[in-house]
Amino acid sequence: MGKDMKILVVDDFATMRKVVRNLLKQGGYLNIVEAEDGVAALAVIKSQKIDFIISDWNMPNMTGLELLKAVRADAKVSATPFLMVTAEALQDNVIAAVKAGVSNYIVKPFTAETLDEKIAKIIEKMG
Amino acid sequence: MDVKFINAFVEGTVNVLKTMAFVDPKPGTSFVKKGSVASGDVSGIIGLTGAARGSLAVSFSEACILRIVSNMLGEEMTVINHEICDAVGEITNMISGSSRKILEKGGTSVIAAIPTVVAGKNHSILHVLGGPSILIPFTTDAGPFVVDVCLTEK
Repeated sequence: MGKDMKILVVDDFATMRKVVRNLLKQGGYLNIVEAEDGVAALAVIKSQKIDFIISDWNMPNMTGLELLKAVRADAKVSATPFLMVTAEALQDNVIAAVKAGVSNYIVKPFTAETLDEKIAKIIEKMG
Repeated sequence: MDVKFINAFVEGTVNVLKTMAFVDPKPGTSFVKKGSVASGDVSGIIGLTGAARGSLAVSFSEACILRIVSNMLGEEMTVINHEICDAVGEITNMISGSSRKILEKGGTSVIAAIPTVVAGKNHSILHVLGGPSILIPFTTDAGPFVVDVCLTEK
């Protein structure tokens, strides 16, 4: 997986989707699709090959955690790297995400370097 | 309201705006706000529950929020529009999260709802608990904003 991987960015705030998109572009990742909540994200995941998911937690209709669980429960996409990028920094939230199989976790606010670093770590782990 | 909340909201606010918008806000002296009219031109409001119950609002002057969002998006924003309001919601969300993380480290666990945004001169901020709130004023190079909080600890 390299810079041409298809990344799905999920957040109910269009501003944050734009911020993440811009930061990803800075890091050389240009193949980006967006969804405004977990339900829309699942529809995207079922309709096209997604190589990497970056998702917020607190969203209407389906939270990031519920999306993560849905992805991990579907054998076709269960191995998809999933990076939670969220303002939810409480310990219980992090534990719940880890238990549900999150690949890594970023607490907002974050820098371009942090995003790049976490993505690189996930890809490295995949070998 | 316990000073730990003021300190957490100040630290959380500075952390978010410095990191995401490259703006360095300077906090002033907090005071009790009377009445419900917002200080700024656009406000994000978020409900809080858990070890403390109430609501947090962040109210920005027009010039201030235009600079903040321009910096966040890397493009010049010139009017308060849907995109600005969306950004205010996310900024409020992040300030809440960052502040709550600080409170959790001190043993106070607070959960937040999804924020709402109100825009327009002289709009009102109606806190869940009613009654007076505490205003923490901030100054920036581009103009002022306030954190407006009304909380009761369980």
